[in-house]
Amino acid sequence: MNLANLSPLAVLLPILGAALAFLLIRHHSAQRVVSIGILSATLLLECLLLISVWDGGTTSVTLGGWLPPWGVVLVVDQFSSLMLVVSTVVSLAVLIYATGQGMADGDQEAPVSIFHPTYLILVAGVSNAFLTGDLFNLYVGFEILLTASYVLMTLGGTGPRIRAGVTYVVVSVVSSVLFLIAIAMIYGATGTITMADLAIKLAELDQGTQNLLHVMLLVAFGIKAAVFPLSFWLPDSYPTAPAPVTAVFAGLLTKVGVYAMVRTETLLFPGDTLNVPLMVVALLTMIVGILGALAQSDIKRLLSFTLVSHIGYMVFGLAMSSVAGLGAAVFYVAHHITVQTSLFLVTGLIERRGGSSSIDRLGGLAKLSPLLALLFFIPAMNLAGIPPFSGFLGKLGLLQAGVELGTPLAITLVVGGVVTSLLTLLAIARVWNRAFWRKPEDAEYPDPVLKTPGNVGVLPRTMVGSTAGLVVFGVALTVFAGPLFRVADGSAGIMLDRSAYIHSVLGDSVVVPPLAQKDEAQKDQSPADDARTGDAK
Amino acid sequence: MSINLTLLIVMGVLYACGIYLILERSLTRVLLGLMLLANATNILILSTGGYAGLAPLFSKETNPETYNDPLPQALILTSIVISFAVTAFMLGIIYRTWVLARQDEIQDDLEDVRVAKTPSFDAEDDAIVPLETSEFAVTPASPADREKPDATETPNTATTQEGGSA
Repeated sequence: MNLANLSPLAVLLPILGAALAFLLIRHHSAQRVVSIGILSATLLLECLLLISVWDGGTTSVTLGGWLPPWGVVLVVDQFSSLMLVVSTVVSLAVLIYATGQGMADGDQEAPVSIFHPTYLILVAGVSNAFLTGDLFNLYVGFEILLTASYVLMTLGGTGPRIRAGVTYVVVSVVSSVLFLIAIAMIYGATGTITMADLAIKLAELDQGTQNLLHVMLLVAFGIKAAVFPLSFWLPDSYPTAPAPVTAVFAGLLTKVGVYAMVRTETLLFPGDTLNVPLMVVALLTMIVGILGALAQSDIKRLLSFTLVSHIGYMVFGLAMSSVAGLGAAVFYVAHHITVQTSLFLVTGLIERRGGSSSIDRLGGLAKLSPLLALLFFIPAMNLAGIPPFSGFLGKLGLLQAGVELGTPLAITLVVGGVVTSLLTLLAIARVWNRAFWRKPEDAEYPDPVLKTPGNVGVLPRTMVGSTAGLVVFGVALTVFAGPLFRVADGSAGIMLDRSAYIHSVLGDSVVVPPLAQKDEAQKDQSPADDARTGDAK
Repeated sequence: MSINLTLLIVMGVLYACGIYLILERSLTRVLLGLMLLANATNILILSTGGYAGLAPLFSKETNPETYNDPLPQALILTSIVISFAVTAFMLGIIYRTWVLARQDEIQDDLEDVRVAKTPSFDAEDDAIVPLETSEFAVTPASPADREKPDATETPNTATTQEGGSA
């Protein structure tokens, strides 16, 4: 039996789980069992999917009996299944964390009965966006996860959350409208919205129309992925949500945007027409994001800014459109989902123990709670890219690919990447020095909680356990970086080649258009380069 | 493909009004703007279906070319449902803002404002550390000397400003 035929279950299971969780809305413990059980089953299924495509290979499932150019298809390849597995591992850890928090706090802070079904719907939307091979279905996947995220963002309906929720909802809706406009225009120009079919038909359009559609899609996805000029909404809206919600948003939602950008760049508009602007944007995202992080005193806001900043690395890898660059970007996405989520979860724990998430009010946590310090230290060093960790390996891969490419802009980005990495270390070190190292008395406005020693009872075991699990998973990404990099590079090769994807959806008889633009562009570029070097001489 | 000019003009007017409205600070107007944008986009999708034809219901005698393209209509149906849900949610949020603050305006982020107003000088980060940090200082610095650099310190170190709110 072909395992890929089970892929619709990755979306269906969470949705059915959400329905069941709604029915059990008054039975909290049953609800917990249902949602954790369903999510574990989904994770198991997705691991099977990943194993089935581990050595390369792309399979597609046609839904509803309509054949590909008309019906909706789901496509399972290395990239999508890898993203599915990582995202579900993270979602499961956050769900367990949230359950622990709910059990400790009761329903005051976050009404758990609403949380569970909504959360499962969010997971379903994310899975749908990763799996779909149809542009409009991608829009539907986005809307499923966004609608769920609106509810999670404003959970409890307190003043600050509503204020942040308004920004978030309006920005998201505008980006969705842009995406829908792009879909309408693409349908008007080509008469199809199946991505594999578009890969063939978009190449027949003239360059101007192609560029228009390309930019429209990139802007729509850029807002979701929080790429620099479109990233202003993120640090304003994420920090106010409950800790587990912020964690899962930071880990997953922006990465879904990055995933959609990767598909756009590799499948729909291959070649290097927009690589230069993308690289400039990547550089600005990195630098502006991390400078913003340095100005913050609230850990959640600081982490939100580093999140924006590190999206730049992924866009950089994507913009190189080489196997090495894209492979490193895929690896970096997997690493960053895990690390950013664990950091936000730890921040939730810090807030519980220290009474605040502002580094002006914290101090002495290393002594008060060494376990907490360890849980913060490992992902923090991982984020900053300190050698043994996966963050270092991902950045190294990106920088190597950049040096290999060797254009002046790529070299500038390599330098920018190193500077951003160091500035991340600075930002993280500030948090470490103030919240963990110094004495509580040295804090500007020390929180009274810091004077009471011991942390038994304040930090529920479930929350610490799930955070530790995620930190260990992040370390495991380092240990198994070899095979993981092989899959990432393999997926990059398949994505840049495109023929496996198109053939698996439309059948082997379809002729895949050669990447003519890229060759031409390279030819165009080389005389230009010659002229430039000639001028220099 | 023939294009209906009336539809195009209506779409343009809807887009213009929608964009004008979402730039307002009043939430209700923003919501109206989002609704107009969604409907303008629906008209855009409709116009990609081409000329008005027969309803796409199968009967053997009809020439397939006289049918209308059913796909855009299916897309519009989906997008109407989605924008309906979002509108309902926004109304809920607006009502909640009204309950909480008795106002219908988008509010500034307090933390954002605070960070923007923070001087670039930071007592702990920018403090001048005495050059001689050894505990066995040859010439122990007098307290007066130690105070001096702090007193002359002015908050002129150009560090980073808030980047996100720009």
